[in-house]
Amino acid sequence: MHSFGYRANAMLTFSITILALMCAMASVSDNFNSPSPTSEVQVLNINWFQKKPDGDDEVSLTLNISANLESLFTWNTKQVFVFLAAEYQTPKNALNQVSLWDGIIPSKEHAKYWIHTTNKYRFIDQGSNLRGKNFNLTLHWHVMPKTGKMFADKIVMTGFRLPQAYR
Amino acid sequence: MKSLLLKHNRNISAAAGSTVKIVSILISPMDWQGQKLAEHLMQLLLVCFAVVAFITGYVLGSFQTMMLIYAAGVVLTSLLVVPNWPFFNRHSLNWLDPSEADKHPKPHPAISGPKKKTAKK
Repeated sequence: MHSFGYRANAMLTFSITILALMCAMASVSDNFNSPSPTSEVQVLNINWFQKKPDGDDEVSLTLNISANLESLFTWNTKQVFVFLAAEYQTPKNALNQVSLWDGIIPSKEHAKYWIHTTNKYRFIDQGSNLRGKNFNLTLHWHVMPKTGKMFADKIVMTGFRLPQAYR
Repeated sequence: MKSLLLKHNRNISAAAGSTVKIVSILISPMDWQGQKLAEHLMQLLLVCFAVVAFITGYVLGSFQTMMLIYAAGVVLTSLLVVPNWPFFNRHSLNWLDPSEADKHPKPHPAISGPKKKTAKK
């Protein structure tokens, strides 16, 4: 502490160390939050269901997605990335996940979600396995904190089925 | 004319005096008790501001509040601890007076060359 430069350096180092500690504590405080999100998806319409020229099946759906993700937000949450994936099984792959729609929720005020849309991304199979297929629609979310570790979770909604014939 | 010149000189020396003061606050050395005070003050203030900032931010649910309170604390502590304020120099070091120092000459280090057989005086 004998000179200006020494004191300035000590000040800077100590304040940044304490800042790091505060951020770590803020991140740990996220673990005390037990979220209880809800979600519901309805497939309103199968717009079309075709086999593409290269042999893969493709479906276009109109979806009604509603979700209440308010309980995911803490003081340390920057945004929540949410996406809807169709999951099904084929003889070739044990699990296929196709992302149909995603969105970013920037704050708690926007977390009560209701959207009526066609699928944002194309629902294309690897092959021709979708006729009469049972599939789950799973809402995944990634909670991105302001400091600390990102964590992800999901809600699985079962009971959806594609028609037997092409339309 | 002479009185004007005198006034001018006094103004210059006054300005020079305050510049010297500012410079001394910035770069002159601090005595030992002051250094101890400065270190303890810095640690205490920063930790207190951090605790207050965290609790306020957590209770209000606002990360930004925590950052702002802590930033204010850092600025305040820097202003208080980094410059060499007069209250850090209250216990000045008493170096030995030159005439006193002459009475007690410094011991000369033994002229250690390679240990050859030298005739001792």
